Amino acid sequence: MAILINEDTRVIVQGYTGQIGSFHAQEMMDYGTQVVGGVTPGKGGINHLGKPVFNTVKEAVAATGANASIVFVPPPFAADSLMEAADAGIEYCVAITDGIPAHDMIRLKRYMRRYRAERRMRLTGPNCAGTISPGRAMLGIMPGHIYLEGNVGIVGRSGTLGYEAASQLKAMGIGVSTSVGIGGDPINGSSFRDILELFEQDPDTDAVVMIGEIGGPQEAEAARFFRDHMSKPLIAYIAGLTAPKGRRMGHAGAIISAFGESAAEKLEILQECGATIVPHPSHFGPSVAAVLERRAK
Amino acid sequence: MDIHEYQAKELLQQFGVMVPRGGLAYSPEQARYRAHEIGGERWVVKAQVHAGGRGKAGGIRICESDGAVEEAAEELLGKRLVNAQTGTRGRIVNRLYVEAATPIEREFYLGIVLDRAKEQISVVASPEGGMEIEEIAQQRPDSIVRCAIEPAVGMQEFQAREIAFSLGLPSTLIAPAVKTLMGAYRAFRDLDAVMVEINPLAVTGDGRLLALDAKMAFDDNALFRRASISELRDKSQEDPREMQAADRGLSYVGLDGQIGCIINGAGLAMATMDMIQHAGGRPANFMDIGGGASPERVAKAFRLVCNDANVQAILVNIFAGINRCDWVAAGILQALEKVELNLPLVVRLAGTKVEAGKALLRASGRPIIMADTLADAADQAVAAWRAATENRA
Repeated sequence: MAILINEDTRVIVQGYTGQIGSFHAQEMMDYGTQVVGGVTPGKGGINHLGKPVFNTVKEAVAATGANASIVFVPPPFAADSLMEAADAGIEYCVAITDGIPAHDMIRLKRYMRRYRAERRMRLTGPNCAGTISPGRAMLGIMPGHIYLEGNVGIVGRSGTLGYEAASQLKAMGIGVSTSVGIGGDPINGSSFRDILELFEQDPDTDAVVMIGEIGGPQEAEAARFFRDHMSKPLIAYIAGLTAPKGRRMGHAGAIISAFGESAAEKLEILQECGATIVPHPSHFGPSVAAVLERRAK
Repeated sequence: MDIHEYQAKELLQQFGVMVPRGGLAYSPEQARYRAHEIGGERWVVKAQVHAGGRGKAGGIRICESDGAVEEAAEELLGKRLVNAQTGTRGRIVNRLYVEAATPIEREFYLGIVLDRAKEQISVVASPEGGMEIEEIAQQRPDSIVRCAIEPAVGMQEFQAREIAFSLGLPSTLIAPAVKTLMGAYRAFRDLDAVMVEINPLAVTGDGRLLALDAKMAFDDNALFRRASISELRDKSQEDPREMQAADRGLSYVGLDGQIGCIINGAGLAMATMDMIQHAGGRPANFMDIGGGASPERVAKAFRLVCNDANVQAILVNIFAGINRCDWVAAGILQALEKVELNLPLVVRLAGTKVEAGKALLRASGRPIIMADTLADAADQAVAAWRAATENRA
């Protein structure tokens, strides 16, 4: 099953003909993802990487039956492209773009509420590495080969730290059902809680690894959701124990500006809610293996 | 991006917020001249630095003569203000703001923030002005009024009225308070701010409502469309190391430890710092050189880390995903040819073609300490730092 994407997902690429869009579209196709076309306003009608290019997302959906989209559009125009995808009936969208203004994200999230929940687009990102269901489909910029197929779900903010975790799991022979990047921005499409809910419902996922960081309320919200609504084990790591208060650590959202936003405070809440804590970032593999072993008994 | 108090007041004034009369001064003579211009018998001389808590750090002086204004300015200009918010290096005072001192009857707190939980703009107010909002939240949490703004229509006047009445303002000041609240909100929305703080918002002896102090911060991601805000940047208030890094497209935060860090990806960078601490060392910096880790970027990163006199060992941790470890290794070697490096260097590569990458580093004959895992890398870096310290002692 996996969550969000699988071998039947039909993908269009927004910002398809640009250098970055082209490179990653090709990587996704090579991985086996069904990329059915792309959108670049003004370039409709041409062929690129063997797929048709459209002027609008609506045209692309009508012609190809696409149900998912990945967005590489530059920051000034990205929120607009995401609204276009939502309006065209795209079911799932990954926003890779880094640097979208926070006020644009507020407007975008408000705009998406105009659609009834059952036909509202699900968005992950922006400023993320994307989503992969190993062996089935990849909607992102990650190196697909570091993920083994399996039954552990991963959700995290960071790209390379997520790769670190996945490759530690692979080294121990542990596979992944789906890995989802929710991105490093303060306001994002889906929260940790949203993705935990999907993993809880997914029969192919046995346990979930959550990779959080300093800043914002989402890890604490996820911890409470886990305590109240999840039957599957949660293995959590929070990056930024050494991060000083009030300083932005790379990601736009990685800043401690209120109570409960430090790594130590988040870890404490997760522990209280019954999550297994990964003691340091070289220990993802052993921590997950121990949890799976306990569960098997 | 942060701006100075006087800049925030100028902006807010354009949106209808009332502020005391004041003027900017770069010299003691100019400060004295400003006092004359403003008139009256009492003035406040305020150090303009990008940090709160200026009063406790001695950066705010009340003066009762123009001579005293000049003296205060003499003392403050060129000084570094140090408090918990500025870090140990402090912030240099290059500009002063001279203001008419106003007799205060009551003080309020007014803040507008980007509310990450609600994914909306929120207004926060309290009748306990003058204290930091963290203190108010701890000591008088019941006094805080919150109001979320619907993004589609923006703040409505009834919301401003509700806040004004709940603060207990007299009926004569409700209209000015609504004007202040609506103005501050519009400034926040129209200028892509992430924070507006007016603390205190004061009722003066003669019954006016004035913003006595003001702070604004802006979304870095939106500066491309706010040229007039970008111009307000004061580089003298930033850590020179961080400025150099930003100019080179690297994400860097200077810290006080001894192990310099060069990493690709913000999350992995934070995790590597945590691993160093776990191993008994302290990171000298946060650094994210971006996903690609090209030779040019690695070279720039080496130069930046070597400029920090505190650094006694360097840890490079690169996860090569789309690119390959052998390319990254070649890049590191190229960078080492451009930079003279006299510090122990620990390199940990992971991802695609890791063995080929390691082989290249080994074959180079350079004294690079190789590490396999993140834990191993941190242990090696801490050991190298300890050895370097002992050698010096």
